[in-house]
Amino acid sequence: MIAIIDYGVGNLFSLQSSLKFIGAEAKVTKDIEEIRKADRIILPGVGAFEDAIAKLRQSGMEKVVLEEAAKGKPLLGICLGMQMLLEKNYEYGEHEGLGLIKGSVKPIAPMIGEGLKVPHIGWNGLIFPKEKEKSKIYKYINEDDCVYFVHSYAGVDCDDFVTARAEYGAELTASVESGNVYGTQFHPEKSGEVGLKILKAFCEL
Amino acid sequence: MITKRIIPCLDVKNGRVVKGVNFEGLSDVSSPVELGKYYSDCGADELVFYDITASAEGRALFTDILTEVAQNIFIPLTVGGGINTLEDFDRVLKCGADKVSVNSGAIRNPQLIEEAAKKYGDQCVVLSVDVKRVDGKFMVFAKGGRENTGMEALAWIKRCVDMGAGEVVVNSIDTDGVKQGFDLELLKAVCEIVSVPVIASGGAGCIEDFVTLFQEIPTIDAGLAASIFHFGEVKISDLKDALDKEGIVVRK
Repeated sequence: MIAIIDYGVGNLFSLQSSLKFIGAEAKVTKDIEEIRKADRIILPGVGAFEDAIAKLRQSGMEKVVLEEAAKGKPLLGICLGMQMLLEKNYEYGEHEGLGLIKGSVKPIAPMIGEGLKVPHIGWNGLIFPKEKEKSKIYKYINEDDCVYFVHSYAGVDCDDFVTARAEYGAELTASVESGNVYGTQFHPEKSGEVGLKILKAFCEL
Repeated sequence: MITKRIIPCLDVKNGRVVKGVNFEGLSDVSSPVELGKYYSDCGADELVFYDITASAEGRALFTDILTEVAQNIFIPLTVGGGINTLEDFDRVLKCGADKVSVNSGAIRNPQLIEEAAKKYGDQCVVLSVDVKRVDGKFMVFAKGGRENTGMEALAWIKRCVDMGAGEVVVNSIDTDGVKQGFDLELLKAVCEIVSVPVIASGGAGCIEDFVTLFQEIPTIDAGLAASIFHFGEVKISDLKDALDKEGIVVRK
């Protein structure tokens, strides 16, 4: 069973539906025991970072997520969920993230230069780092396959932990990974066939 | 590279897609779920479902249909029609919509945009605007294009974007249904004053019209159409091949 962490923000309908569609058993939950019992965890998220991480902390779920990730349980952060995996966040101030993967989150506007719209919204192709082996979550897809993005902030200084980038005035971090912890800036649950294949690969880890 | 989006729009009344559709291989051409799936498989980048029912029963049926669509189609879904309050936003977002488009509801109560953007985020709020030239000026029309609101379109669009609309669908009444191409003059003017994504609507009659749109206005993000897709005059897969050949980046 996959536990989709419910910390009270964001719309989880599509994520739940997409997992059901590929035959995975998933449950939206805030029950700590249930999260412990699950064999995989997804940390979703849309909205503002500060509010989201505060809710995750207050509910006691941050501790469980960290403990389960340390035990080697596959964890996938999506969009804001991915940003939460990193060490620091600079969205309206400076905030601590979960620190599971090296890097921080900063506004994309200064990175992409003039003339491009913020948020980065729409379908963009994935670029895999040359020097690295393809991530296991991409085993059913190819480089240049398009996925759906909606974001105004992106991960920076994630070094070798970056598993894909997307070209938008700059090469923005599209996904990160460290051991059993995975994060996608894009929304696999909104990325058609390609997205379903990524979720399927995550379910098979 | 970010890709240009191609978006079919489906009008739904009493749970069925209206405007005759004619596709081979579809068992039920007026089922929103079947048609949505068909478009998604053909490479549509997003779907717009427009609720044109007036009754409460029709509205409830629409949300049932939307739920079914969202359980089977995993690309962004925009929903419009009858969005007048925050409760309307809530109602369709819970059923799997990703973005909500407001038109008359915002004309009656502009604060709706501000409140919705605050609650659900700018990316969720789409301004849809029907524009027609009156004495050489772009004016906002209401009631399906029958009533001149007296508001100038560019000022209205700017105001709505400032209040938090994260995307603008610009529908030109002058070119709509004429199939002579998009309203490039209007669209250029809109792109110059806003920095959010602009979606062109009204006037597409053939593949060439989309090529011209993206070549003439590089800052346009998407092209939306209804009948030319429904009647099979333009196949989305052919359209994307043609755009690709012209060097316009699309998702394939």
